[in-house]
Amino acid sequence: MTRDEIRATVLRVLGAIAPEADLAALRDDVDLREQLDLDSMDVLNFVVGLHAALGVEIPEADYPRFATLAGGVEYLTARRGADAPA
Amino acid sequence: MTWATIVKSPDAAPVAPSLLDYERVRATFAWAQARAELDGLPGGRGLNIAHEAVDRHAAGARRDRVALRWLGKRGEVEDITYGRLSELTARFANVLRGLGVAPGERVYALAGRIPALYVAALGALKARAVFCPLFSAFGPEPIRARLAIGEGRVLVTTEALYRRKVAGLRAALPRLEHVLLVGAGGRPTAVPDTRDWHALMNAAADRFEIEPTDPEDTALLHFTSGTTGTPKGAVHVHEAVVAHHVTGRWALDLHPEDVFWCTADPGWVTGTSYGIVAPLTNGVTSVVDEAEFDAERWYRILQEQRVTVWYTAPTAIRMLMKAGAGLAGKYDLGALRFCASVGEPLNPEAVVWGQAALGRPFHDNWWQTETGGIMIANLAALDIRPGSMGRPLPGVEAAIVRRVADDRVEVVAAPDVQGELALRAGWPSMFRGYWGEPARYRKCFAGDWYLTGDLARRDRDGYFWFVGRADDVIKTSGHLVGPFEVESVLMEHAAVAEAGVIGKPDPVALEVVKAFVALKEGWAPTPELRRELLAFARTRLGAVVAPKEIDFAPGLPRTRSGKIMRRLLKARELGLPEGDVSMLEEPA
Repeated sequence: MTRDEIRATVLRVLGAIAPEADLAALRDDVDLREQLDLDSMDVLNFVVGLHAALGVEIPEADYPRFATLAGGVEYLTARRGADAPA
Repeated sequence: MTWATIVKSPDAAPVAPSLLDYERVRATFAWAQARAELDGLPGGRGLNIAHEAVDRHAAGARRDRVALRWLGKRGEVEDITYGRLSELTARFANVLRGLGVAPGERVYALAGRIPALYVAALGALKARAVFCPLFSAFGPEPIRARLAIGEGRVLVTTEALYRRKVAGLRAALPRLEHVLLVGAGGRPTAVPDTRDWHALMNAAADRFEIEPTDPEDTALLHFTSGTTGTPKGAVHVHEAVVAHHVTGRWALDLHPEDVFWCTADPGWVTGTSYGIVAPLTNGVTSVVDEAEFDAERWYRILQEQRVTVWYTAPTAIRMLMKAGAGLAGKYDLGALRFCASVGEPLNPEAVVWGQAALGRPFHDNWWQTETGGIMIANLAALDIRPGSMGRPLPGVEAAIVRRVADDRVEVVAAPDVQGELALRAGWPSMFRGYWGEPARYRKCFAGDWYLTGDLARRDRDGYFWFVGRADDVIKTSGHLVGPFEVESVLMEHAAVAEAGVIGKPDPVALEVVKAFVALKEGWAPTPELRRELLAFARTRLGAVVAPKEIDFAPGLPRTRSGKIMRRLLKARELGLPEGDVSMLEEPA
């Protein structure tokens, strides 16, 4: 899976949780909670959704990596690379 | 499974618990004693929360002690001493005076946990205006409804929140005259129909003498949710500070040298009573973190700030449990002396986990928006019964009652019987009304008893145990959500014929908001429509109030009088026999 595919998956999962969000306008390095008005359950569902979509185990300690879109994509790309080279 | 009692040895504690002899104090206590611990306005001019919280310390030995230590999202730290807080709140009181705000008029705040929010709250109280906090994660509809009901004249908010959520509401809120914007990073704002917070503050004098304040003058307006109808604005008076102060000392074991961290947002009553008022009246240093929950950040704050007393919520504790005790073990939490929890019942596993992972058990306590302060608590000097809400504080008479007529209840004297939790009216922080709704207020009382709407039981040793809500109000992540408010918004969508909203049990949030929707003729229950409804609800209500799940149903069950039977929806959701809804009305 390429970085772009991972990014598309992250956006798809986000879109299911916050369908009102204008994903095209999302800024890569600004806090997602602030941009999308997510609450703590949304954040939890976001990470759970990514696990389901990509099969990557995400320990709770790594949740802060998902504060921004760029951080989340980078994390998943590295993890996917390590787990199962695309 | 029963959980072992956590036995305390208060006499051996390195810091003596502030309520050491519960039985004796409870037997002899009168609220006048707690009132005597406060100063009152100089010259016998009454009682004002802001004076007790700020000015009396600013004029005394605590002037240079840090009152608020603000931790910004991006690592900023701002210390505000009692002296400085007195000046800042004086400035805001003068700003309100300059705007012509009269005592009793409502000043709202809609902001994250930024210093201006705390200054606005205490400054409004100084000016004898009524302060009403709104949760910054609310969407436009809850904001509009609450501003309209309380007829807010002033709103303090941030430029970003204003643009996203308030600007579009102005035409619908003719009573809202003054909107003060806090610019990001203190930068000046220039938005039509608003004023700049910093410009007004800089131009105002930093001294303000609080005018005579009757203890029964309205001070705070806190909105909460009922099963039906609009949100209810619980009215609290300046006298409430007597309870804020002494319950902070007893139930949170606050001592003058403590560093205290209440993680609640002032948009909810906990974040005001215990995030603003109680720590300041007790003269401690109160930590305010602007950021949202993050396990590592939270442990780092506990460690670096040397937090001694910590007041948090079950959802956060359960998230910390998910992160694992190993993470907690990486931090030095040696300063931590007392941990407490509120918002929804704390499961016994979490109480015990605190002891194993943090070295301190969590002390669950119970209260409501209407009670204004902690009523029932597990205390520092008393054994903890994990899963119990604890025992009534001195001055609080709690009972299990049974309704015998519309306006009459009977106290259930026998232990271990389930019934409605009731409190004998008369404690200082008891709500004095629902804003503009005297009939709704009266319905909360039967004789001397305030009926809480919570079902509970009392064991033979006097510990109370939460059983469930007596109504359909949803408890999610420590907040109450009224199903009617959510249903009303869903009904505004063109596709929706009817909507029923329930709390679906959830291992982390206790409950999550779930909606069942029946569609009008001509609409198909497609995934696209579900998404559209979710987006619609989130945009109008905000993430904390909007449903997390929406299911389509061909029609919703109604009573003969036409009320949606939410209990039946819940029974279906839980896979319970539909005929046996009594289980939900009166859980065994």
